[in-house]
Amino acid sequence: MKDEFAIVGIGETEFGTVSGVSTQGFHLLAIKAALADSGLDKSVVDGFIAQNPYQEAIFIQSLSIAEAMGIQPRYTADLNIGGATPVSMVLQAAAVIKAGLANVVVCSFGENARSGRKNKYHGRLNMGYEDFEIPYGSGAPVGYALAARRHMHEYGTTSKQLGAIAVAQRKHALINPGSQMFEPMTIEDHQNSPAILDPFRLLDCCLVSDGGGAVIVTSAERAKTLRQPPVYIMGIGSFHPHRSIMNAPTLTTCGAKISGQIAYRMAGITPKDIDFAELYDCFTYTVLVQIEDYGFCKKGEGGPFVETGRIEIGGELPVNTHGGLLSQAYMDGMFHITEAVKQLRGQCGERQVGNANIGLVSGNGGHLSTHATLILRR
Amino acid sequence: MEYKKPLPIPNEDSRPFFDGCKEHVTLLQKCEECGTIRFPPSNMCPSCLSEKFTLEKMSGEGTIYSFVIANQALRPGWKDDIPFVPALVELKEKVRVFTNIVDCNPSDVAIGKPVKAVFDDVTDDITLLKFKLA
Repeated sequence: MKDEFAIVGIGETEFGTVSGVSTQGFHLLAIKAALADSGLDKSVVDGFIAQNPYQEAIFIQSLSIAEAMGIQPRYTADLNIGGATPVSMVLQAAAVIKAGLANVVVCSFGENARSGRKNKYHGRLNMGYEDFEIPYGSGAPVGYALAARRHMHEYGTTSKQLGAIAVAQRKHALINPGSQMFEPMTIEDHQNSPAILDPFRLLDCCLVSDGGGAVIVTSAERAKTLRQPPVYIMGIGSFHPHRSIMNAPTLTTCGAKISGQIAYRMAGITPKDIDFAELYDCFTYTVLVQIEDYGFCKKGEGGPFVETGRIEIGGELPVNTHGGLLSQAYMDGMFHITEAVKQLRGQCGERQVGNANIGLVSGNGGHLSTHATLILRR
Repeated sequence: MEYKKPLPIPNEDSRPFFDGCKEHVTLLQKCEECGTIRFPPSNMCPSCLSEKFTLEKMSGEGTIYSFVIANQALRPGWKDDIPFVPALVELKEKVRVFTNIVDCNPSDVAIGKPVKAVFDDVTDDITLLKFKLA
């Protein structure tokens, strides 16, 4: 698998507050942009993997997208395993091509999560929390806040250390055109933001956004003939410790530890070889625990690791160079992949990480439930 | 007074648990073959896959594994409850449940504190399992 497949095209739509575009519309715009980026004609696309939306589950969404593009695919699949979906779609695309089921696979995310909030829907996705968690006031942030408090209890991690992550990513968003957050943030700003779900403050939490993103995966051989420098898939891995937070064996280590080990082993590298990391960041704590679990520092030392600018562009391990879900836009991790590709192509302008040869991208979903890792190289 | 918060919908797996809550007892499934106690309810043991189980009455005792203080309502139904405390409680029987810590000052809640089950009859049909500091 190592280096056999590559990402050859990326697409990002307008994002933030974008009214007048449906969820499927964002998928289509993102895929069209990815095709233009790759130079491929749509006639060569024979596989579609689409993230099924949160707000309204759609039967065979991927095929609905293919039909809207006038394509009859050999492979069609919908996936929603939370924020691990974008990375997992790329993993699946590589496996599908390896199995001979398709040659050129499009992976797409899109949702009008912000502007579509007042829409009427035919049905709602059952998130699995409705019977035993939501009646008690749970929601997406609660699982992570519970985990963060446990980490503080076991390792002495502080709110200010979580704040350092928010501050670093805000700096990156400020030099990334179009980011939803455009005000500078200091640690004081973070500490002064309301403790909406103690120990989380408002600035520990991700955004809500409209928008879409897509990537095109194909063989390394084919990639070398196309217009963009190929970004090779060096390593992949996934691991899913639990679905319900009640059954999490631990709240202070997540699936990244094992999904990372699998990916590192395939890539034949160690954490030291990673030049930058786009880590799924629904909350600041999610970033901190993954930094530990990926072996960038010891377990429990994530707090001190992030405190001193190490994770800023120019630092030892730039993290979320695009600003992430916390400050750029909530594209559920798809933009973590497109940003990594841009870094490895040298297309990041002011955000460019020097000597960006190998990048790590993660996806995480549920309540630290699902996890997937992608290691990319130029 | 109308109950404004989202309610569970008991199904084939969970009905006995919710019926137990109405009787103010915590009934969890215990595998007849290997003794594993499981939650949330399922028709199968996660350890040995046996479909044979009994309904065991739990002690109602546990400790706080983690908690958060909600100072803002994530959903409209909780506007009048803030601050309230979502928590994970580890039962004496070593199973964790998602719940609320009630009847206390949120600042008195801490990881490791012992708690005791209480039952909140929120509607005629549904009773929720909550905990108070022991």
